[in-house]
Amino acid sequence: MKRDPALYDYLPYNAQRPVIKWPNGARVAFWVAPNVEFYELNPPRNPARAPWARPAPDVLNYSYRDYGNRAGFWRMLEAMKRCNVRGSVSLNVAVCEHHPEVIKACADNGWEFYSHGTYNTRYLMGMSEAEERAVIQDSIDTIKKHTGQKLDGWLAPALTYTPNTMDLVAEMGLTYICDLFHDDQPGPVKVKQGRLTSVPYSLEMNDTIVYNVNLVQPRRYADILKRQFDRLYEEGEQSGTVMCIPLHPYLVGQPYRMAAFEEALSYIAGHDKVWLATGREIAQYFNEHYFDAFTAAAQPVGEAP
Amino acid sequence: MSTNAKPLPADYLDYPLRRYGMDHERYDWSMLPDRKPVAWPSQARVALWVVPALEWFPLNMAGVPFKPPGAMQTAYPDLRHYTLRDYGNRVGIFRIMKALEKHGIRPTVAVNAAVAVRYPSLIKECTQRGWEIMANGLDMDHLHHGGLAVDDEKKLIDTTLDILRQASGQAVRGWLSPAKSESAATLDLLGAAGFDYVCDWVNDDMPYAMRTASGPIHAMPHPIDIDDHTILVQNHHTEDDFRDQLCDQFDLLYKESATAGGRIMAISLHPWVIGQPYRMRALEEALAHIMRHPGVWAATGSEILDAWKASQV
Repeated sequence: MKRDPALYDYLPYNAQRPVIKWPNGARVAFWVAPNVEFYELNPPRNPARAPWARPAPDVLNYSYRDYGNRAGFWRMLEAMKRCNVRGSVSLNVAVCEHHPEVIKACADNGWEFYSHGTYNTRYLMGMSEAEERAVIQDSIDTIKKHTGQKLDGWLAPALTYTPNTMDLVAEMGLTYICDLFHDDQPGPVKVKQGRLTSVPYSLEMNDTIVYNVNLVQPRRYADILKRQFDRLYEEGEQSGTVMCIPLHPYLVGQPYRMAAFEEALSYIAGHDKVWLATGREIAQYFNEHYFDAFTAAAQPVGEAP
Repeated sequence: MSTNAKPLPADYLDYPLRRYGMDHERYDWSMLPDRKPVAWPSQARVALWVVPALEWFPLNMAGVPFKPPGAMQTAYPDLRHYTLRDYGNRVGIFRIMKALEKHGIRPTVAVNAAVAVRYPSLIKECTQRGWEIMANGLDMDHLHHGGLAVDDEKKLIDTTLDILRQASGQAVRGWLSPAKSESAATLDLLGAAGFDYVCDWVNDDMPYAMRTASGPIHAMPHPIDIDDHTILVQNHHTEDDFRDQLCDQFDLLYKESATAGGRIMAISLHPWVIGQPYRMRALEEALAHIMRHPGVWAATGSEILDAWKASQV
């Protein structure tokens, strides 16, 4: 086991960091990442993690997630449409087979699809390189087949990894990942081959963390989102920042939570110097304009005793 | 009630240390209201001591003998918590730096030696600004505890001190144990290594002398109660609540200082917590509240300790 994932060099967020200018003078590249997920009722057991808190069948937790696709998603979709915000779908690709209607609704609105693994109940820990390659290839093929899109982005299913994950997704042609939480700007990821960008996703703004871990009220979630945006908008005047709102339709799509969320989304999207982008667009722009400058400016990390 | 409880040791009702004062010799019993009033430089009423911590949580943490706050949580490799903690050293600390510079506040920064080795430019950013470097152990997975052999703990302290002295060019007079965990030998080892103060004990608002085998070391007030991690992460209070609690803490100490002598307002910060964009305003507003009062002396731990010692004579 390594002490340091060694996926990035040290690049402090200070005046010496290369300055990012987003398209059209935007200060913040803002993106919303709905996690469209499928949790299996009876998945095979990964020795490192049980799929459900209760013995199978965990009816309560299974159906809680299923609510997202049946009800919450549709409500979230309408709110995002009203705010002119496209989603970048963090997709368990098996949803393409299970619920093609959900996929079609996203595609009809010009949303991006990136991979969040096959199912949210199939964890990467313990996979051989061949098995992990098969999972990534499945995502590439399934998204291409059902949406026509080239797969560019990756967020590991249930945030589970092997030591090979980043090398493999880069080698297999993906261009960005959402798995690193070390920065508010994109950054180069050190991989064996390929060119991989870390696009800031967020746990602090993620409805799962906010509602299931920090146990906050919906109006407070809206306040947190606005505070986060205000600070990144202010700092983005000097150098462009990224703000992501990761969502889970089973949480944000509960009736009592929607109004506060939409109010915050509308507040953010209503600013004039915001780039309403997708993950792929942010990664591509960074890759073309700043990847090399960020790589050159970064400092090697010393080996601690 | 259970009838099969294990029998108690024969000395269970002996109280050999039942006496006036403490049940150990590390320090003397002393009540805050009885103390000689302290005079800060320029008749200041409250010394403001800001203490951000620069911590490194290794990806393969063993968590022995316990997981410190902020440790890895999921199966290896827990990229999520590793990178969220690293955010503090890469992004969060620079937001704090700006907030402090606005008021000319020089903090004491508690540094894991591993951070100084990994990110030498970060230590330079701190020392160039006149910040005091305090030792915060080797990293967040090297806790000081009774299970460590004394020689191993001594080596840990010596290595930490050597690295930080070399990286900072400072004497490095202060020590904070990772997660405030000590062994019974830690204070003696810190005294032998030449540290002037230690921040692990949370039993006072003012400095006080502790005994070590090599002479006195001073405890500095470094409260766990009013700390960004405790209030925002552990207690789930809002950002405005954190600001209000900092302001209330200051207001009471400021009021006490009118009659009781100089007080110390210590603010312990974790850049991976407070340095998140949505949280920074809470600290900025609290600092603005504190700094608009006359008689606030923003100083480093060493400066505060030296002034306190001078006023004890």
